[in-house]
Amino acid sequence: MATWLVKRLAQGLVVIVLTTTITFFLIHAAPGEPFAGLLDDPRTTQQMRDAHRARYGLDRPLVVQYARFVASIGTGNLGESFTYHRPVADVLGDAIPRTLLLMGAAMLVGFAAGIALGTAQGARPGGWLDRITGSMAVLVASLPDFWLALLALLLFAATWRILPVSGFSDPTLSASAPLVVRAGDVLRHLTLPAGTLGLLVAAIVSRYQRAALIDVLPEPWLRTARAKGVPRHAVIFRHALRNALLPTITLGGLAVPALLGGAVFVEVTFAWQGMGSLAVQAVGDRDYPLVLAIVLLSSALVVAGAIVADVVHAIADPRQRHA
Amino acid sequence: MTSPADVLLRVTDLRTHFHLGGEVARAVDGVSFDIHAGETVGMVGESGCGKSVTALSLLRLVDPPGRIEPGSRIEFEGRDLLALDNEGIRRIRGNRIAMVFQEPMTALNPVFSIGDQVAEVARVHAGASRKAAWERAVEMLNLVGIPDPRERAKAYPHQLSGGMRQRVLIAMALVMNPSLLIADEPTTALDVTIQAQILELLASLQQKLGLAVLLITHDLGVVAEVTSRVLVMYGGQVVERAPVRELFANPRHPYTRGLLQAMPRLGDHRDRLAVIPGTVPPPTRWPSGCRFRDRCPYAWERCATEAPPEYPAGNGHGARCHLVDEPARDVALAAPVA
Repeated sequence: MATWLVKRLAQGLVVIVLTTTITFFLIHAAPGEPFAGLLDDPRTTQQMRDAHRARYGLDRPLVVQYARFVASIGTGNLGESFTYHRPVADVLGDAIPRTLLLMGAAMLVGFAAGIALGTAQGARPGGWLDRITGSMAVLVASLPDFWLALLALLLFAATWRILPVSGFSDPTLSASAPLVVRAGDVLRHLTLPAGTLGLLVAAIVSRYQRAALIDVLPEPWLRTARAKGVPRHAVIFRHALRNALLPTITLGGLAVPALLGGAVFVEVTFAWQGMGSLAVQAVGDRDYPLVLAIVLLSSALVVAGAIVADVVHAIADPRQRHA
Repeated sequence: MTSPADVLLRVTDLRTHFHLGGEVARAVDGVSFDIHAGETVGMVGESGCGKSVTALSLLRLVDPPGRIEPGSRIEFEGRDLLALDNEGIRRIRGNRIAMVFQEPMTALNPVFSIGDQVAEVARVHAGASRKAAWERAVEMLNLVGIPDPRERAKAYPHQLSGGMRQRVLIAMALVMNPSLLIADEPTTALDVTIQAQILELLASLQQKLGLAVLLITHDLGVVAEVTSRVLVMYGGQVVERAPVRELFANPRHPYTRGLLQAMPRLGDHRDRLAVIPGTVPPPTRWPSGCRFRDRCPYAWERCATEAPPEYPAGNGHGARCHLVDEPARDVALAAPVA
């Protein structure tokens, strides 16, 4: 297990290095440049412009800039954001927990609901529940995330007005309010973005879970379980589901990149100040250090998701346990 | 001979049909037999003769489109199994009637330890605590001859050989001291040496625990070794029944004779084994009259028009063949069965 883990971590490191390297050259190759707003001012002289660029090392050859970027990362320094004029680590320090909260909540809700629904459908394939909710799930899964987010925004903000649709917390709420009140406030703000994202996840997970369950139902060991007098619900939930969950665990690891992508739209729509909306801003502003730091963290998150999924899979499936 | 009072299981006119679109596959079509307490009954026949479906029907484990047809009766320990509700039949399964299947490699759940799987029987039927059920599992694994049972109980199915897994399945079946064990081809998937060990184990457990066994097999050698009575199945019906010695000495149904001739024997110097020509017809299209007539060397007009009833032939022997009714036609054939 230990050598396997080391190998997986090394592979993950390669993925992260490649992703950030490619992003580095891509973002520098993209038209436009940082400080556009500042430097486009007609009163700015060429001299001021050059001085500004020199200050951030943007006048050096690209390869040198890349070497400096790698060296800086190596020492744990993510650099300074061009737009916020603060260390990137500080800027991300606020955003990361919010994105993780959003993703975590969406994943929890999405997988719990998806597994429950897929199991109910798969236990009686072709039944009324399967047919009704199955076509609904296909419909939801095929909706674009931004469209669903906009629809939720419209319904909850304009029509029903029952949930906050913007931001991370109520700005009028005093910081000295009791923790429970503040947590409740965050939870209310979380409901729509996480619900939107979670609904999409649930729709996809339910399709996978249904198929996985139907796949194991003809297994001879399920007939053994019935023949020994195990009640039907235990045959499904203990014997069949325990096996049918294995592919879903793998799906969980694969869901991380999809959720990160989905989080970008959802965060922007609901003004959830997380990594996603920060990424959109940073790319628009050509805030190179911020973009690279976000890509670095995102790729690390994806790699971590895949490794965690593999470890959980190995624990859940005795045949996969590495000696 | 056992008295009728000892009848443990009485199956009367069991018909299990599969309703496939427009067609009906009559997989089991009018099977009747008794099993007495403590005896071992063999059920033999080729693939597709209805043995396994009969076994599954006894525990009502046949899934749709399969259906046990109205008019069938299965009485066990004086109760009508077909009249029980789902909870009622669940309490019988693995408790009073246990079953061992033929695929030891796939009949165990891959994600639970074998100890858990054996213990589960005690948990669902006796409401045993986790610990008590585990102790019972270790005891059962020991009984079926698994070495170092306390350690082995923690093993997963993929860590065991086929023979060991079959022992686990037998242990699982016997947890609740059932009065009837249905063993569906329990040795088919195993090596010959392991087969012998498993048969010996079944026979010794049968003696020790006094349980009745319905042993389903296509192997007449196995039947000769461990059973006292035999049911020969063909075309979803019992075509011959007899005490085991009687069956081997004096087979009355041409199908049984074919099976016996197709059996290799020690010291026999035939160049080729005899075979029964043709194959079992599909259960959606049994021939009219006798279902074996297309493959039967004796068949005459009566066989095509009149389905033979089971004719008694004395000494608990019976055969579903007109030859018993017209012994004059039962003469040695000039040429052996091709």
